Amino acid sequence: MGAYVLRRLLALIPTLLIASVIVFGVVRLVPGDVLDLMLSENAYSSNAPEDRAQLEKALGMDKPLYMQYLSWAGNALRGDLGESLWRNTPVTEEIGARLGVTLELGILALLIALIIALPVGIVSAIRQETLADNVGRSFSILALAIPNFWLGTLVVILPALWWGWSPPTEMTPFFEDPIENLKTFLVPSLILGTSLSAVIMRMTRTMMLEVLRQDYIRTAWAKGLRERSVVLVHAVKNAMIPVITLVGILVPILFGGTVIIEQIFRLPGLGQLLLEAVSTRDYPIITGVFLVTGVVVMLVNLIVDLCYGYLDPKVRFDR
Amino acid sequence: MNASVEPAAVTATPTRPAKRRKPLPKPLAFCARLCRERPLGAVGALICLLLLFTGIFADLIAPQGYNAINPIDRLKAPSAEYWFGTDQLGRDIFARVVHGARLSVIVAFAATTLSIVISALLGILSGYFGGRLDMFIQRLVDGWMCFPDLILLIVAVAVLGPGTWQIIVILGLLFGISGSRIVRGAVLSARQNVYVHAAQSMGASSTRILWHHILPNVMAPLIVLYTTRLAAVILAESGLSFLGLGIPPPSPSWGGMLSLDGRSYMFQAPWLAIIPGIALTVVVFGINMFGDALRDMLDPRMRGGGGRYMARVKRAIGV
Amino acid sequence: MNMKADVTRRTLLDVQDLHTVFEKDGNEVHAVNQVSFDVKEGEILAIVGESGSGKSITAMSLLRLIPSPPGRIVGGRVLFNDQDLLDLGDEQIRRLRGRDIAMIFQEPMTSLNPSLRIGRQLAEPLRVHGSVPKEKVRERCLELLRQVRLGDPEKRLDAYPHELSGGMRQRVMIAMGLACLPKLLIADEPTTALDVTVQAQILELLRDLVRQNNSSMMLITHDLGVVARYADRINVMYAGRIVERGTAEEIFHRPKHPYTLGLMESMPRLDQAPGSRLTPVPGQPPDLSDPPPGCPFHPRCRFAEARCRSERPPLEQITENHWKACWVDTDAKR
Repeated sequence: MGAYVLRRLLALIPTLLIASVIVFGVVRLVPGDVLDLMLSENAYSSNAPEDRAQLEKALGMDKPLYMQYLSWAGNALRGDLGESLWRNTPVTEEIGARLGVTLELGILALLIALIIALPVGIVSAIRQETLADNVGRSFSILALAIPNFWLGTLVVILPALWWGWSPPTEMTPFFEDPIENLKTFLVPSLILGTSLSAVIMRMTRTMMLEVLRQDYIRTAWAKGLRERSVVLVHAVKNAMIPVITLVGILVPILFGGTVIIEQIFRLPGLGQLLLEAVSTRDYPIITGVFLVTGVVVMLVNLIVDLCYGYLDPKVRFDR
Repeated sequence: MNASVEPAAVTATPTRPAKRRKPLPKPLAFCARLCRERPLGAVGALICLLLLFTGIFADLIAPQGYNAINPIDRLKAPSAEYWFGTDQLGRDIFARVVHGARLSVIVAFAATTLSIVISALLGILSGYFGGRLDMFIQRLVDGWMCFPDLILLIVAVAVLGPGTWQIIVILGLLFGISGSRIVRGAVLSARQNVYVHAAQSMGASSTRILWHHILPNVMAPLIVLYTTRLAAVILAESGLSFLGLGIPPPSPSWGGMLSLDGRSYMFQAPWLAIIPGIALTVVVFGINMFGDALRDMLDPRMRGGGGRYMARVKRAIGV
Repeated sequence: MNMKADVTRRTLLDVQDLHTVFEKDGNEVHAVNQVSFDVKEGEILAIVGESGSGKSITAMSLLRLIPSPPGRIVGGRVLFNDQDLLDLGDEQIRRLRGRDIAMIFQEPMTSLNPSLRIGRQLAEPLRVHGSVPKEKVRERCLELLRQVRLGDPEKRLDAYPHELSGGMRQRVMIAMGLACLPKLLIADEPTTALDVTVQAQILELLRDLVRQNNSSMMLITHDLGVVARYADRINVMYAGRIVERGTAEEIFHRPKHPYTLGLMESMPRLDQAPGSRLTPVPGQPPDLSDPPPGCPFHPRCRFAEARCRSERPPLEQITENHWKACWVDTDAKR
């Protein structure tokens, strides 16, 4: 198992490298150079060529592109993502202040999605074509079609109209008052979790149906095992392997969802930071958030790989 | 004496040669099959047709256009005159939804077509030629897929600026790159087929093999990919427009109509929040249902097949 | 060498008019059609037929393992020790599975759960039926693995199925089947997926262990060669029905039904001239959702007469130890 973990970690390095090139490359495509922007918005006198050269030098932009990448990547490795253009605070500090909110929202949403999806998906599969199955499937068809930003908007507006209730938008830090904090997160993560659960539920049902047809399930029945053991011991573990893959695929989508939900419920997370940075064209912040989301997704994929190793003995030994 | 007979001789079960994918069925026969086997898919197809029809004839259905401002009739509730009510500028929501359908159709088809072309090019290059090129492309795709779609989109919009054609290009590129994996998989499995080896050994040129042997086998997954991407593109565009980063006002994007700018009016006039959301949900539902049916009918490989246990039962009953 | 059929022995399993149908596109497919047979105590009974003849479905019907939907047992009785298994509640039949009647399946590669260790899977029947005290479970597992002559049993207990070869897995399956010393062991094509040399070993092992435990065995196979060597009595199935029945010796030396004759001729024999060709039974098994009228075998039968095309022959006793379902006197026509 240890060797397996190490191999997965090593496999991460080239991906990380490419991802960083993508981040660097995409942001450098900015039309009308960052320099022009800074020169026009800052107090630099007009567009005098000597000012430009000076600033270029200060930002290291006079060097060839690959040198710029290397120094940027080197700094990033040391945890230095530069400074915000307008606020002069380190980007890492800005991100650090917001990352917690996004992670909390994302993790809660994922937990809610799994808590809804796994049991319903499993029951739906073992009680095929019953009321429970039909209700579960209709729900997942519907939830797949409803965009989460619309659901969020409705949850803000309709209860306010009908009962004068609206979800709390004042965020309390978790360590000050966990209960209040969870109250703020409850509605947003429920919305995000519900839309996420639809896909997981569908996949769980399909995979359970697939596994329940396998020969080893018949063997389990023939041994005289109870239905509970057949389903929970023999079927679920095997059905979970593809479901875990799906969760890995869903994490980037979940990240996108947090951006929208943070915006609707005014949660000060990474998404909000990114949108603020986009509207003020604060490129170091944009680059930083971009890179951090990529790294988080990569780490989640690593965790997914490790779960494989746990669930599927073939993966652990063969490769 | 105990030598067992080769079962095929006794059982006389014909060993089927690897089946070539069937040619796409004729349109009419296909519609009949769709209605019979997948009624929900037929409903989905109907919704797609309705969307297409609305988009094409938007000027006839709502001749006043999407931006006819009528200050006297601000925030009117749905009535005989204004079926879906009016917004804060007195614009007819019905007309905006109808013209929004046109916008959705344009963006969806343009971006999806672009994405499919990119997917096909990358997938075929990578899958057919393999080797170092494949390695290189796959590592790039790996890196690209680390980033959440919405974050990539936001960063890309920050770089290119908002606007209809920018959105089309960005969405096309985004989904094109991620979709290339599926095409590559289909190409790889087609390449292993006997007739491709045969054609190669007979000295057929790469172009010929690609055109006559690989492409026909990749068609079904491409068509399925196309429909699923349509829904994803519509959702992504509306999400971006919701965040104010998509198609700028006064263009009637459904997502834009739901955006936070109009939030304060939605408390007075909830139909502002409800109507565009319903339009979006119905369309996404329709495309999803049609896409699912299409996948099951065209590309059975993409759905989970029965295990051997089921296969045996099927054989026993002669299915 | 074989223990010959002995009418005085007690009947362990008595199947009467078993009828199992499957739903297929709104049609009913009669996979098992009015099948009757019995298994005596200590006997090895074989059911022989092509794939699709309904022999596996028969076996699965006995323990009510038919996937439902689409399958359904619509009629008949399965008397095990004079108790009708088809009348039992779900919980009662569950307690019987693996304890009184165990089953070994055709596919050793896929019949073991890939994500659980062998030891865990082997211990399951022991635990669920409480056959041995908890602290003895491991000991019994080791004993079972030694019985099926699997080398290095300690190590095998901790192995996963993919670490074992096909033959080893089938030995594990047999150990699993024998764990609770069942009175009846149903072995459905236990050797089909294995090498010829391994096949013989596994069959010998099965026979010896069944005799040793004083159990009975129902051996389901398409291979008459296997049957001749290991079975006491034989039922030949075709298109969901039994078409010939008798002691192994009768069927093997004096086959009467044209289908059995066909199976015999498709089998290599030592007394055959080297280089002479094996003749497979010509044609395809019938489509059970639309079976031919009359005798289901007549489209493939070289002796078919007018009567065969219109009337289905019943299974009738022709000598003391021999039954057949055929209108034609095949001996006269050969």
